[in-house]
Amino acid sequence: MIIDINFIGLIIASIMASAVPLILASCGELITERSGVLNLGVEGMMIIGAISGFALMTVTGSLIIAIFGAMLAGVLISTIFAFLTQTLITNHVATGLALTIFGIGISAMIGKNFVGIPGKEFPVLFEGLKDTIPLLGPILFGHSIVFYFAFALPFITSYFLKKTKIGLIVRAVGDSPESASNQGINVRLVRYACILYGGAMSGLAGAYLSMIYTPQWIENMTGGRGWIALALVVFSTWNPIKILIGAMIFGGLTIIQFHMQAIGVRIPVQFLTALPYIVTIIVLVVISRDSRKIRLSTPSSLGKSFHKDN
Amino acid sequence: MIKIVKRDQPSRAIFFFTPVLAIFLTLVAGGLIFFILGFKPFEALKFFFIVPIADKYGFSELLLKATPLCLIAIGLSFCFKSNNWNIGAEGQLTFGAIVSGGVALLFYEQEGFYILPIVILAGAIGGMLYASIPAILKTYFNTNEILVSLMLVYVSKLILDYLVVGPWSNPEGFNFPETRQFSDSAKLPLLFEGLRIHAGIFLALAAVVISWFVFYKTYLGFQMKVSGFSLKTAKYAGYKGKKMIILVFLISGACAGLAGVGEITGPIGQLHREISPDYGFTAIIVAFLGRLHPVGIIFASLVVAITYLGAETAQIFMQIPKYTGQVFQGMILFFLLASDYLLFFKIKFIGLKK
Repeated sequence: MIIDINFIGLIIASIMASAVPLILASCGELITERSGVLNLGVEGMMIIGAISGFALMTVTGSLIIAIFGAMLAGVLISTIFAFLTQTLITNHVATGLALTIFGIGISAMIGKNFVGIPGKEFPVLFEGLKDTIPLLGPILFGHSIVFYFAFALPFITSYFLKKTKIGLIVRAVGDSPESASNQGINVRLVRYACILYGGAMSGLAGAYLSMIYTPQWIENMTGGRGWIALALVVFSTWNPIKILIGAMIFGGLTIIQFHMQAIGVRIPVQFLTALPYIVTIIVLVVISRDSRKIRLSTPSSLGKSFHKDN
Repeated sequence: MIKIVKRDQPSRAIFFFTPVLAIFLTLVAGGLIFFILGFKPFEALKFFFIVPIADKYGFSELLLKATPLCLIAIGLSFCFKSNNWNIGAEGQLTFGAIVSGGVALLFYEQEGFYILPIVILAGAIGGMLYASIPAILKTYFNTNEILVSLMLVYVSKLILDYLVVGPWSNPEGFNFPETRQFSDSAKLPLLFEGLRIHAGIFLALAAVVISWFVFYKTYLGFQMKVSGFSLKTAKYAGYKGKKMIILVFLISGACAGLAGVGEITGPIGQLHREISPDYGFTAIIVAFLGRLHPVGIIFASLVVAITYLGAETAQIFMQIPKYTGQVFQGMILFFLLASDYLLFFKIKFIGLKK
């Protein structure tokens, strides 16, 4: 049997494509968590982004408005979370859960009129270069701008956290809000910003799903990706570069599942579908077993409210 | 002028008042949403919250939906009180239903008084087994229980799907994704002729009474409370932390499993693909709205159950999408959390000085 080398390239490219929403949402959540805030509402923000992007694309016809609109929708919905957890000092876990339940409900409500409408074609870049290099051609070229952005994001995030002053402030706020506050940093403001940024990235991840990956609106179409994105942040031990690795593994699981079904491997479909969730659990166990390592890399104030008496 | 002052002590009166405030604010916000969507707000709210429970049948449906919510929320209150974030009750419900359904199928076309207790017990054990996974991983491998319990929800639904489509599907069922009907001895008896409310409600009431006793009359309840306030204090007092984590997960798994039993051995009488409209998730809201107090949870389960019925009624009569129910549920929790601010802070209105 001759395996076409470009076919392997295409498979790798499809794994990367399915990793995109995970990378986007995880990198966003990573910044949020680095500032000390645990936002469990990723799934909710993502699905809001998905319906907003799709609806705006259908109504306005503009892809740019749709993409930025989805990010804005993510920002708006995460503002609720930010206001509750930062201004009204509510419990992060409960508020995040409420955000997810609310997001799924409201997206289905808005999406009612958009079920069954076909999506639009999203422009891809460097389409012509695809056949110029064997194997690498399909991997490197012919993708949407969001795709390229997603694969640059972990590096940008890493640079931001390590080398920029604002990145340092974010980390300081997450590791020791008290001393950051004593240094004159407005902890609440930094956390607000990090939450909204996380919302924007989750919104973009959702828009990628409904506009580029599977261009249509299906209820609950995020299907737990938001939760996997949260697990990826733990997997990465809050290191953006490792998110890339994790997202590729999960993307791979999703794609392999399709291919195994296609070539008729006699494993129940349900088992293959369950694989990413089971692997997530196994990976979490392996990563968390070393409690010292986890403690060292977890932002110290993660999930804890900070209130400065004035 | 408005001035915000920190209270010396959380206010107890406010503690029980805020759930009511949250419900009121949800109604106001809900009316606003209906108005934006182009419906008459008061009429929509009437169809949502009053019409569904206006007759005997509606009231029975309300209790039918409130039963699993109450049962699961009681179980969750054990976890939440002791700072364990089990958010996978939906999975424990599903797995409990699978185990009890499997046992019920073993007794296919058999009758006997002993069958139902075995089926019920199987459900509780199934829920406990499934809840023990996040509990053991948390205690011995330091793994985040939130993510594990949630991932297991997806897995449980896929197991159920596999079983009802594959090995357990009804051989005479024309490939419908469902099992055979359980024998009558494996079903919870209906309480009234023509109504769907069944004996599962007694399981929920028993859970309420038992949990009240455990919370307020036993050493275990005290330990849970202390661990909830401060893990450090609990450690200092020498409580067996690991044992307690596993115990609260088992209790909450058993309750969710029993809710699963009620769903399949009640009116439905078989396993099929969708046995629960996310009761396991909604019960999280019920537990908070009920303030993790057994009596509070009864009231909260009734209130939240209305959102399920209301969503159905509003869809039929006003073509309001049924997901409005979830929107309301999310809003209740938002407003509840938000109004907790009043627990710790006083808002003073100070007259403008001339």
